[in-house]
Amino acid sequence: MVFQSILFCKDEYRVEENKDASPHFLDDLNLDQIIDVVTKSKEDYHLKPIFNTPLSDIETIYYRQAVMQDMQEAPLMEEIKNFASQMIIVRRYLGLMERLDYHYHIRGWFLEAVLVYCEAINTLEHGLGKMELRSTGLIEFYKYLSNFVHGHAFKMLLSHALSVKKALSNVKYSIVIKDGKFTVRNYEDETDYSSEIQNFFNKFKQTESKDYRMKLDRQSGMNHIEAIILDFVTRLYPETFASLDQFFIQHKNFVDETIRVFDREIQFYISYLEFINPLRKKGLDFCYPQVNAASPQIHAKETFDLALASILLRSDKKVICNDFFLEEPERIIIVSGPNQGGKTTFARMFGQLHYLASLGCPVPGKCASLSLFDRIFTHFEKEEDIRNLRGKLQDDLLRIHNILDQATPHSILILNEIFSSTTLQDAVFLSKEILAKVISLEILCIWVTFIDELSTLSEKTISMVSTVMPENPVLRTFKIIRQPADGLAYALSIAKKHRLTYTQIKERLYS
Amino acid sequence: MNVFLMFSDRDYQIEQELPPNTDALIQDLELNTLFNAMALGDSFLLNMSQRAILCSLSDAKEIAYRQGILNDCLNNAEIVRELYRIPLLAIESKKKSWLGVFSQYPSGILSDARQMLEMFLVFLRFLRQIADDHAGKFHSQGFKRFFSMIQEELNDEYLSILTSHLKELSFNEGVLLSVELGKGNEGTNYILNRRFHKKQSWVEKLFSSKKKEYSYTIAPRDHHGARALGSLRNRGVNLIANAVAQSAEHIDSFFNALMVELSFYIGALNLSEKLAELGEPISFPQPAPSNERCLSFEGLYDICLALTMDQRVVGNDLQADHKELVMITGANQGGKSTFLRSIGIAQIMMQSGMFVPAESFNGNLCERIFTHYKREEDSTMESGKLDEELSRMSDIIDDLSPNSMLLFNESFAATNEREGSEIARQIINALIEQHISIFFVTHLFELANGFYDLEMENAIFLVAERKNNTERTFKMVEGRPLHTSYGIDIYRKVFN
Repeated sequence: MVFQSILFCKDEYRVEENKDASPHFLDDLNLDQIIDVVTKSKEDYHLKPIFNTPLSDIETIYYRQAVMQDMQEAPLMEEIKNFASQMIIVRRYLGLMERLDYHYHIRGWFLEAVLVYCEAINTLEHGLGKMELRSTGLIEFYKYLSNFVHGHAFKMLLSHALSVKKALSNVKYSIVIKDGKFTVRNYEDETDYSSEIQNFFNKFKQTESKDYRMKLDRQSGMNHIEAIILDFVTRLYPETFASLDQFFIQHKNFVDETIRVFDREIQFYISYLEFINPLRKKGLDFCYPQVNAASPQIHAKETFDLALASILLRSDKKVICNDFFLEEPERIIIVSGPNQGGKTTFARMFGQLHYLASLGCPVPGKCASLSLFDRIFTHFEKEEDIRNLRGKLQDDLLRIHNILDQATPHSILILNEIFSSTTLQDAVFLSKEILAKVISLEILCIWVTFIDELSTLSEKTISMVSTVMPENPVLRTFKIIRQPADGLAYALSIAKKHRLTYTQIKERLYS
Repeated sequence: MNVFLMFSDRDYQIEQELPPNTDALIQDLELNTLFNAMALGDSFLLNMSQRAILCSLSDAKEIAYRQGILNDCLNNAEIVRELYRIPLLAIESKKKSWLGVFSQYPSGILSDARQMLEMFLVFLRFLRQIADDHAGKFHSQGFKRFFSMIQEELNDEYLSILTSHLKELSFNEGVLLSVELGKGNEGTNYILNRRFHKKQSWVEKLFSSKKKEYSYTIAPRDHHGARALGSLRNRGVNLIANAVAQSAEHIDSFFNALMVELSFYIGALNLSEKLAELGEPISFPQPAPSNERCLSFEGLYDICLALTMDQRVVGNDLQADHKELVMITGANQGGKSTFLRSIGIAQIMMQSGMFVPAESFNGNLCERIFTHYKREEDSTMESGKLDEELSRMSDIIDDLSPNSMLLFNESFAATNEREGSEIARQIINALIEQHISIFFVTHLFELANGFYDLEMENAIFLVAERKNNTERTFKMVEGRPLHTSYGIDIYRKVFN
C-alpha cells in the first residue's frame, strides 16, 4: 500500500471537510465543549471536521487506535511536535513573503522557509528511524518519508539551499554613518570597540549591572534606507545574489503534498492526547475500547463524563467514576433516583463514550467494550419555545416520532427526562408506549426518568439508580449503581431534608 | 576592585534580610538609642548602622578584621571621614546631573553615560590622591589592602587611557559599523568598530580609492529616511552604549560599595566621639568560640542609658565563666533590667566587630541573640497575655539554634506564681540541655529558688544589691534569691 493518510487506511473514507457545524446531539452530550477545548489551541489546523466525522468502519477505528497508542510514547510525541512547530515556521515565512516589498528581502525569506522545511523533514526522518513504531499508519508513513528523504529531488533541494545560504552568510560589510550620509563598503577587519570598552572598565564591577541594550529586534521588515543598503550590498556581491535568484525560480513549489497533509492530520492525535493528559496525571484512566458491530454485550469500568472532568480539573473536586454493563438480551438502561445525583451526567457519559470510540480515541475508563453505531439520537429537555405554536408535549412527541422513524437496531438513543411537562399519569402512559417501540426496534438506549417502574417492564431493560450517603441522605454520592429502583428511600430522604418525617414533625410540633 | 572593608574575602551584602526577631531585639534592648548616636540624623547611616549591628558575625576572625579597621579609623578619624566624602560627592553629582537615569535611546544613553564617566574620573583621581598621601598611616589588614589596590588599579597609565577613551567615545568622525546578512537578507550583528587611526601613505590612498564604495545622502526633506538612518545608527551604537552605560554603572557601584562599607565605621566613629565626651570607657573584646561558656567583665555599663541620660552611668563587674544560666532577682528599680540590657547590647556590639561599652569584656560568641520580655497588655484583646507570651516563646523556639543567647525579662508572670514558675522551669530545663545561654530576670521566687536549690555548677544567681537603708546601688552581686522584691520599699517611698 502507498501511504495516503494517517487518519484513514481505506481510500473510500474521508473526512467531510465542510462539516464545521456539529449535529445537535454533540451539543446535548457536551461533546461540543470537549471538541472546542481539544481543537482550540490548534485552530490553524482546522481539526473540527475530523472530530465531527464519526467512523462507521471498525478497521479504520483500530487503525487510528494503533496510531494513537504509538503517539502516547513521549519520544515520538516530542519528535512529531517538533516537526509540527518547524512546519508552522515554514508557513509563517511563506506568508511573510506575500507582505514584503523588496526583491531580495522576499527571496531571502523564501530561502529561510526552504531551510527550515528541509531541517524539519530530515529531523523527523532521522527521529522516526530510531523509534519502535507499531501502528500500520506510522510505519507506512515512515516508509514514505524515508523514500522521500533519500530521493533525488529532496537531496538537490537541500544541497542547493545550503550552498546559497552559506554564500549569503559570508557577506560582511561596513557602514559609515555621519550626519545625513552613509557609505557602504567591504569590511576590513576593524575591531570591536564595545568589548574593548567593556574590558577596560570591568574592574569596577561589583554586581551584575542593568542591561542598557534597547530591544531593537523589530518584526521582520525593511525600510527604504535598509533597502538601499541591501542594494549596495548586492553590488558588492553580485554572484551571491544571482544564485539566490536562480534558487528561487527552481524550487518555487517545494512542499510535498503528502507530508503537508500528514502534518495536519497527525494533529488530531496530538490534540486529543494533550487534552486527556492532565486528566491522566490526576489519576483518571483512559482505555482503548473494543468496538463491536453486532455483539449485544457492552461494558465500561470506572468511566466518567469527560466534559465535566475537564472542568473539574481546575478545581479540587473529585471526579466520580461509574461502571455499567449490558448482557444479552438487555438493551435499555433506565436511570432513576435522587435529583442532582448525576443521572444526566451518566447518560451523557454513555453517549460520549460511544462517540469518542467511533473516532478511534481512547475513552474514559479502565476498560470498555462498546457498540459501533450508525447514528446517535438524543432528546434532552429543552426550554419551551414560544414561537412554537404546537405546545411542548406535542413537540416532544413529534421529535421522538421523528427519531423512531430513522433509528435502526444499530442506533443509540439517549432520552433525558422527557414528558416532564405533563401529568404523572400521562407521563407514565406515554413513556410506556414509547418504551414498547424502543424495545421492538432493539435500539441501544439509555433513558433518564423519574418513572422508575419503566425498568421492570421487560427483560430488555435494566435499572440503574443514583445514590445517596446512607448516613446522611442529603449528600449525593454521584454514583450510579445497577440495582432495582427504590422510590421510597428517595422520597424519605427528601422528607428528612425538609424535616418532615414522622419523628421530626412530632418533635417540631412539641418543641 | 572590591572594597572588602567589612569582610576580608567578600562584598558586604546589604540586601540580606534582617533576622526575624529584629523588631523584638530593637525594642527590648532599646537599640534605637544606639543607632541614633551612630547616625547623628543621617538616615543612610542609621540604616547601615542598624544592619551592621543586627547582622551579627559569628566568626572570631571576621570580628578581629573589623576591629583592626575600626582601630585604624579611631586613630585617623579625619582621613577616614574625608575618604567617606568621596563616594558621597560622586553619587550626589550623579543624582544632580542625570537624576540617576539615562535617556532611552542608544545615542542618548551613549552621550549621557560618557559624560558621567567624565565626572567620575575626577573622583577616581581624588581617591588615588588620598591613597598616595595617607596609606602609610594605616596598619590594619583591611585598609592596607584597600589602599594598595587603589594605587595599583588606578595607576597613571590606566587613568590616561581612560581619558583618551572618553575623547574617542564622542564619535566626532561618525560611526563605523560592521554588518552581516541575517534571515531574509536583513542586516544583523551590527557591531561598532574602532577606526584605524594610522596615517595612510599616498600609495595606500591611491589603492584605497579604487575600493568599491557606495554612498547615499538623505534628501533634506526625507524625514522618514532620516529617521530610518537614525534608528540604524541606534542599532549600531546599541552595544557600545550598553558598554559605556554599564561601565559608568560599574564605577557608580564601586563608589556605592565604598560608601556602604565605610558607613559602619563612620557610625562607630560618631559613637566613640560621643562616649569620649561623656568620659565613658570603651574596649575591644576578644571573643571566645561559641561552644565555650565564658563571660567576665569590668565596668560594663548600659550604653543606651548613658546616651539617654547624657552622663556616665554605673558599671557592673561579673565573673561568670562556664555558666549557662544566669538568674537575676532582687529589688525593684535595682538595675536588673539595665544590667540585662547591658549584657545583650555588649554581646551584639561585640559580634558586629565594634568596641563594647566596658573597661574590659570577655565573652563567648553566640549563634543568635533572642529576647523575651514582658509586654504591655495586648490592646486588641485578641489573645490573653500568657497566651501571647507563649506564642512569642514558640516563635523563638522555631528559630533557635544551639549556642544561642536568650534574655528573659519578667517572662511568664502573667499567670500565678506556681504556674508561671512551672512553665518557665520546663522551658529553661529544655533550653539548657540544648546549650542555650540563658539570662533570666524574674520576680518568680519559686522559679529562682527552685534552681538555686539544685546547686547546678553551670548556674549563677545574682541579686540587685540593696543596702539596709533601702538605698539601691544598681550593682548586681552574687547571692541567694530573695523572697521579696522590696516592693514595699517603693510603696513607702512613694507614699511618704
